[in-house]
Amino acid sequence: MYDVIIVGGGVSGAASARELSRYKVSVCVLEKEEDVCCGTSKANSAIVHAGYDAATGSLMAKLNVRGNAMMEQLSRDLDFPFKRIGSLVVCLSEEDMPGLQALYDRGVANGVKDLQILNREEVLAMEPNIVDNVYAALYAPTAGIVCPFNLNIALAENACENGVDFKFDTEVQNIRKTDSGWALDTNQGTYETKYVVNAAGVYSDKLHNMVSEKKIHITPRRGDYCLLDKNAGNHVSKTIFALPTKYGKGVLVSPTIHGNLLIGPTAIDIEDKEGTNTTREGLEQVIGKAGQNVKNLPMRQVITSFAGLRAHEGGHEFLIGELDDAEGFIDCAGIESPGLTSCPAIGEMVANILKEKMGLEEKDNFIATRKGVLDPDTLSREEREELIRKEPAYGNIICRCEMITEGEIIDAIRRPLGARSLDGVKRRTRAGMGRCQSGFCSPRTMEILAREWGVSMSDITKAGGDSKLVVGTNKDTI
Amino acid sequence: MKSYDIVIIGGGPAGLAAAVSAKENGIDSILILERDKELGGILNQCIHNGFGLHTFKEELTGPEYAQRFIDQAEKLGIEYKLNTMVMDISPQKTVTAMNRQEGMFEIQAKAVILAMGCRERSRGALNIPGYRPAGIYSAGTAQRLVNMEGLMPGREVVILGSGDIGLIMARRMTFEGAKVKVVAELMPYSGGLKRNIVQCLDDYGIPLKLSHTVVDIKGRKRLEGVTLAEVDSNGKPIPGTEEFYSCDTLLLSVGLIPENEISNGMGVQMNPVTSGPEVNESLETNIEGVFACGNVLHVHDLVDFVSEEAATAGKNAAAYVKGIRQAGGGRDVRLNPVDGVRYTVPMMVNTARMDENLTIRFRVGGVYKNCYVSTYFDDERVIHRKRQIVAPGEMEEIRLTKEQLLKYPDLETITVKIEEA
Repeated sequence: MYDVIIVGGGVSGAASARELSRYKVSVCVLEKEEDVCCGTSKANSAIVHAGYDAATGSLMAKLNVRGNAMMEQLSRDLDFPFKRIGSLVVCLSEEDMPGLQALYDRGVANGVKDLQILNREEVLAMEPNIVDNVYAALYAPTAGIVCPFNLNIALAENACENGVDFKFDTEVQNIRKTDSGWALDTNQGTYETKYVVNAAGVYSDKLHNMVSEKKIHITPRRGDYCLLDKNAGNHVSKTIFALPTKYGKGVLVSPTIHGNLLIGPTAIDIEDKEGTNTTREGLEQVIGKAGQNVKNLPMRQVITSFAGLRAHEGGHEFLIGELDDAEGFIDCAGIESPGLTSCPAIGEMVANILKEKMGLEEKDNFIATRKGVLDPDTLSREEREELIRKEPAYGNIICRCEMITEGEIIDAIRRPLGARSLDGVKRRTRAGMGRCQSGFCSPRTMEILAREWGVSMSDITKAGGDSKLVVGTNKDTI
Repeated sequence: MKSYDIVIIGGGPAGLAAAVSAKENGIDSILILERDKELGGILNQCIHNGFGLHTFKEELTGPEYAQRFIDQAEKLGIEYKLNTMVMDISPQKTVTAMNRQEGMFEIQAKAVILAMGCRERSRGALNIPGYRPAGIYSAGTAQRLVNMEGLMPGREVVILGSGDIGLIMARRMTFEGAKVKVVAELMPYSGGLKRNIVQCLDDYGIPLKLSHTVVDIKGRKRLEGVTLAEVDSNGKPIPGTEEFYSCDTLLLSVGLIPENEISNGMGVQMNPVTSGPEVNESLETNIEGVFACGNVLHVHDLVDFVSEEAATAGKNAAAYVKGIRQAGGGRDVRLNPVDGVRYTVPMMVNTARMDENLTIRFRVGGVYKNCYVSTYFDDERVIHRKRQIVAPGEMEEIRLTKEQLLKYPDLETITVKIEEA
């Protein structure tokens, strides 16, 4: 019997777990995939929004601004990459200026600092690859970019270090009310708990509707993206948003925290909660719209495309709180953009709700910081040489494109909640994320995974479950 | 800091042949830096035969072909370091490298030979829509798994792209018990050698669908199937032509890209068509004393030509180190690929520095039947060779002599083009 079970190991679940781990309380995270950061949290724009988008007074607006403010300290405490690079919302004509002005006003009302409307010359001086016919732009210096994988993984690892249990490949199939709280039936048996936090992303309606008469509906809203080579990473220096106009919503163009260029997303409502497939129409939309605000985009430099699903709720508002008709069941649903930005504040809010309900006391041995996978590039030459002397695996490059060493991959595997699959290694180290898209390093990373986990190469998966990378040995069917 | 006369980046067929040639041309201080655990490069996983017909007049497997050069290099006492990654090279030819034993270290070179080879284009570069499950491999990665690790990537295979590695893998997977259902090629012609179409597809009844591509990928965890569609003359899928193939493996053989990250880092000027360095008749880049050869320079079909080209680079690097290259005098003549000829290597010829014989290699941009490969010295046509067929999958060459060039003292441009009959 746990005090709290959190369903879902995305950023909301992991942030809630981490915040709760400050207190004397037993917490378990149930995750249906083989790793944290496998749903919405892994496939999004990776933007830390300034906070001018959400309606003033909404929870979304409040948590966005608070999450943005918390992100910098959190990135230092938990050692994940975050950069405040600023963003521009591009306005192409005088007739759209009221829209830009409205964004500015809303931002000010939401408490976003240092917003500024720039004229054409100022925009082009700041960002020369914006289209020549730019009219003005809203500049938000507080916007930033983050590594969504390592944000999520850092939160989970730190929660784990502070005593939170994580159960993977564990899918909640049914929830029952019991005398002492809740029973969660999963494919791995039943878990009992006093409180439930529903952080199940696109599935949060399914969980909610199991316990409440006030039904909600989460629409998976698909976003297709194209990721460009690092050669194109300097094409813009800030996140470039399109001003929504009567012609629709444009796509953003942004450097990523690792120096690639990201273009997307689309917004296509679907029914399938696992429908993370890109489509030709979707990718064509991205490519077609990308040039509206940024010129000379080197689309030949695309190295991969992907799609993620936003957990869109009809009211476009975060639904966070205990349900009226299901005591002890706390929703953390409808977490779509700016969910990634807001996650530190979401975790804080969820923890505060439970703290008050349960009268939680703080631990005195809470570990507030965590070290990420050591990136040898951040070391001085002398430190790096010393590291290789001590750990020769840091002298062995496995991923040529991203220059990731065997030492980093071993670190990613051996740490708390360590990587078990190729994608797990990729999200923790970037091995396989480069321009060759793991063509060269995947057999080598498989070898390291097999060795470290003491299994055979044919047991290694791309992303857990049935995603085996090889199906047997030569001639074994002949 | 240690120093060498010639540092060669890459110990594959190009690096080895360049090293042997440099040594034979009088340079003793040579170092090969190889990132893999053995010399030989990609040849080590190419266990099929057909290598060496030009060089050794016999049919060898890839490892056998590599071994001939490894043996020569060993016999000549050429130094090499394995498991060593070159991190970067400065324009002053200081090479920074890293390995387990020595950590990070620097080596000063008088001359550098770039021989890093190429990598495969990935699914992402083609923007193929669909899911991203396990079971999608570039043909070369699958080749490594099957031939080096003895592991089968899957049992039911569709191959996209008719590059040579894909064709070879169609046969290889068949040998190992897999069912190769179809090879789809976006272009209306194959990207591979004719002999590979015959020996790897036709002989095993594997259909080749030209002007077809993958338009959807199904399967969330492991690949379940792909949808092929016919494409129009612009490469756009034609609605209504979609056909689903169930399969657990999709191999991609959709092109090779020279690996020039290090070259770019040191300021070597690139050619946008080859994605390799711009070189002159000595296979020297815009940085004096920096040479390039093999697939890092332009993608080859046959390793024999890689060896030949690399020997030229090695010889010229030796001459550069010894200071015996005629620097002054002569004319710089520009090569001008037009009308169906996509590029030439080299891109420039100096009439004083050039050897008695010069091979110009090039590729065409489409299939041309009953045409002429023509060479013009400025406005005058000097070569007009009838060809039954030329195709993008087969590298072409023309041979020029110094004597020929010197007859034209005012020569500025050598144009290579395809002329219809």
